[in-house]
Amino acid sequence: MKVRIRFAKTGKVRWTSHRDVARMWERALRRVRLPLAYTEGFSPRPRVSFGLALPTGHESVAEYLDVEVAEGGSGDMAGPEGTPSLEMAGLPGVLSEALPDGVDVLGAAVLEGRVPSLQHDVTSCSWEVEIVGVAPARMAALVEEALGAPQLLVTRERKGRQVTDDLRPAIISLGLLESRQAGTVLGTELATHPRGVRPRELLEALGPDLEAGVVRRTHQWIERDGARWEPLPPGATHAPHALERAS
Amino acid sequence: MTSLWPRIEPLLAKVGKPARYIGCEDGAQRPVHGAGITSWLLVYPDAYEIGLPNQGLQILYEILNERPDAVAERSYAPWVDMEALMRAGSVPLFSVETHRPANAFDLLAFNLSAELVYTNVLNCIDLAGVAVRGADRGPDDPLVAAGGHCTFNPEPLADFVDLFVIGDGEEVVGDITDVVREWKASGRTAGSRAQVLRALSRVPGVYVPSMYEVAYEGGRLAAVTPRYPDVPERVEKRTISDLASWPYPKQQLVPLTEVVHDRLNVEIFRGCTRGCRFCQAGMITRPVRERPASQVRRMVSDGLARTGYDEVSLTSLSSADYSGIESVVGDIINDPMCSGQVSVSLPSLRVDAFTVGVATEIQKVRRTGLTFAPEGGTWRMRQVINKLIREEDLYGAMESTFSQGWQRVKLYFLIGLPTETDEDVLGIAELARNCVAIGRRHARNVTVTASVGGFVPKPQTPFQWFGQTTSAELHRRIRLLRDATRRDRGLSLRWHDPEATLVEGIASRGDRRLGPVIEDVWRRGGTFQEWSEHFRLPLWEESMAAHGLSIDDYVHRHRHPDELLPWEHISAGLHRDFLWQDWEDALAEAGVEDCRWTPCYDCGACTGYGIEHVVASPVPPAGGSQGTGQDLSTGGAVPVALLPSRVAQDVGLAGTKGIRP
Ligand code: SF4
Repeated sequence: MKVRIRFAKTGKVRWTSHRDVARMWERALRRVRLPLAYTEGFSPRPRVSFGLALPTGHESVAEYLDVEVAEGGSGDMAGPEGTPSLEMAGLPGVLSEALPDGVDVLGAAVLEGRVPSLQHDVTSCSWEVEIVGVAPARMAALVEEALGAPQLLVTRERKGRQVTDDLRPAIISLGLLESRQAGTVLGTELATHPRGVRPRELLEALGPDLEAGVVRRTHQWIERDGARWEPLPPGATHAPHALERAS
Repeated sequence: MTSLWPRIEPLLAKVGKPARYIGCEDGAQRPVHGAGITSWLLVYPDAYEIGLPNQGLQILYEILNERPDAVAERSYAPWVDMEALMRAGSVPLFSVETHRPANAFDLLAFNLSAELVYTNVLNCIDLAGVAVRGADRGPDDPLVAAGGHCTFNPEPLADFVDLFVIGDGEEVVGDITDVVREWKASGRTAGSRAQVLRALSRVPGVYVPSMYEVAYEGGRLAAVTPRYPDVPERVEKRTISDLASWPYPKQQLVPLTEVVHDRLNVEIFRGCTRGCRFCQAGMITRPVRERPASQVRRMVSDGLARTGYDEVSLTSLSSADYSGIESVVGDIINDPMCSGQVSVSLPSLRVDAFTVGVATEIQKVRRTGLTFAPEGGTWRMRQVINKLIREEDLYGAMESTFSQGWQRVKLYFLIGLPTETDEDVLGIAELARNCVAIGRRHARNVTVTASVGGFVPKPQTPFQWFGQTTSAELHRRIRLLRDATRRDRGLSLRWHDPEATLVEGIASRGDRRLGPVIEDVWRRGGTFQEWSEHFRLPLWEESMAAHGLSIDDYVHRHRHPDELLPWEHISAGLHRDFLWQDWEDALAEAGVEDCRWTPCYDCGACTGYGIEHVVASPVPPAGGSQGTGQDLSTGGAVPVALLPSRVAQDVGLAGTKGIRP
């Protein structure tokens, strides 16, 4: 049985890496004694899969992981006769308690049927990008210019070779959200296929001098056949207090 | 005091591993500072991922924070990229809990576990905005303290550290807090710094170098004399009499990012009496104080539940020698909390089949291979260093290891040992080759790694008089080994850089004249010297020459038996006669047995302090103490009377060993 969990990563903990977060989850899942399914072999690991990596330093209120729970597994949280009767309503609170400050569980739900992996399923992400020390007027001009351009080329290093990419097709939306004292906040939605474009790359394309403040992933989207939804299916138990804390 | 976080955070996007600087570990305390509260900043002068797991630091962190009149926070040496940004932005060294500037603390207390970190200590003091030399500090500056194994020769750092803690820190940090609290209450007036240091010098186990006059004659140390009558001539180490009263850390820190030894660590005993002659840790931490088995079980069980770790390491200098090892290990793996997913590791395995049997049972998850430390390549060599492992012990261990499905073995050896010949060196290749052959009988792809380190003679050991082998000679011996093993499939040879061994040797037995050298090396950018990518031998050679000091004299010279050694006013309890006798025994290739299970040799560690070994079980582990030549193959009985003691009554299990008058 697969359980999908949505969580936030905010505050100081945003400086940990994707791998660090995976380790935090492994420890937290053991602490709450969720009856996990393990891989076979000499070095068994719990069957846990994470979605798209969040770059170190970015915040998020839309991180996901899928956890395989042992069928008939025993453990404190299993129901009678070994039927896993997970208390979805209580799960976010219990897990948040076992996770470091700043990692808060926003929802959890059992996945019905066969569901593709998060990595494969998610088609785009929404981001809020704080830009430090740039006047709103200049930012607005840069955005307009980018949206009007036929191509937005960036060069990056991949396996020791210089690769040039056009970011323009990956920009689903881009606009100014608000002006803050420190600067402005961009809102953007970036495609994840054929590869996940990172907000930092977008900034580079907009203007090499732009310096990002806090960058936050606000949504991950699955778009198929003209419909669009978030990876946690309806009926997920959300934990409203956690949502408030994270925002 | 405001937090530096708003100035630190913008730097984090520009450095590697930013999680080194955020704190937020599970188990981190939230200290509340205030008037009348003595504040300690516990600094590990190396990278976060090396320093975070340090148990000594974590123990003192909790003990101090439990006191109503003290708080403790932690700090680690910022990596070079972070340091550059901090210096450019005038951000001082900070604590990871509340990101408070280091110079806002009353004490900066360093953990010294290796000599090569000395330049980092200076760098951290400087980053704190404090004068690096004690003599230049004023009443507003924190007191700079240091503890850890290296303080058994504190002299190389005497110019920079105001007070050293010698021995176990559990009790003495409270005594120091009492003195510093009063100093704070008195307003830390001008001139009061000298007074508080003098008061601290009267605390047992505290050494204040500025209270001593050092005289040289003809280039040799002539005398170390207290400046005042109330300052002790000799500082005796502190020793806690039993571990049962100190079940720390209770809340081991669980880091959010990758560190070394990332697992639950439970100290099962302190001290070691096998008597390996090269081992400073074994000599300075006597006697053996085992933690009661029931407490070990509770600490493991609580620790796993709290942290979510799936691995626990039972730590000590020689864990398989714990008297109740089999039953403790059995209980841990049968604990429902572990539910078959927890692996137990013993950091130092005994070299015998019995131990491998235990290791196989407990290490459910065979991620890594097994590691053994025969240390010497021939029986003769092992007699000299008193590590009396027989070849059949080693081969039995190999048979057992490979037959149980392990495919990788690592063997630790020292080269450059006293009296070592080429035959002894080549014996390493011979042993390792035979181990591969045993492995081949069980699997095709076994690997045996022989890891070879250059020997550095350490203060307070029987080898403290021995002139260290030169790096040129170490290179030659390594080449011998490389040539001898070149064609061996399945055998890989690793070695430590003999140049780093040389510098370790400078600091290991140095005196106060080294202060300016360490300062020079630091000023010329020589930090993180234990990291090969930052290690720079020329800095040391040039600085030694610039200050008229000879490397040969400090490192390679055999000390004269009548010579005053720079650390003789610091005492680990060991009688000079005992150490000298043991040195002569070494040269005569004579071994001594583990005094835990035999009558006492009166080394001084127990007799001098009125303490004794504390063992968790009256029965030694089967096989006895490894490599001491004792025949305790059946487990045997303690050949001395078991005395009722406070500990025995407290836990109902423990016994302590009597001392032969
Ligand atoms: S005083 Fe005796 S029993 Fe104690 S450590 Fe020394 S030799 Fe062993």
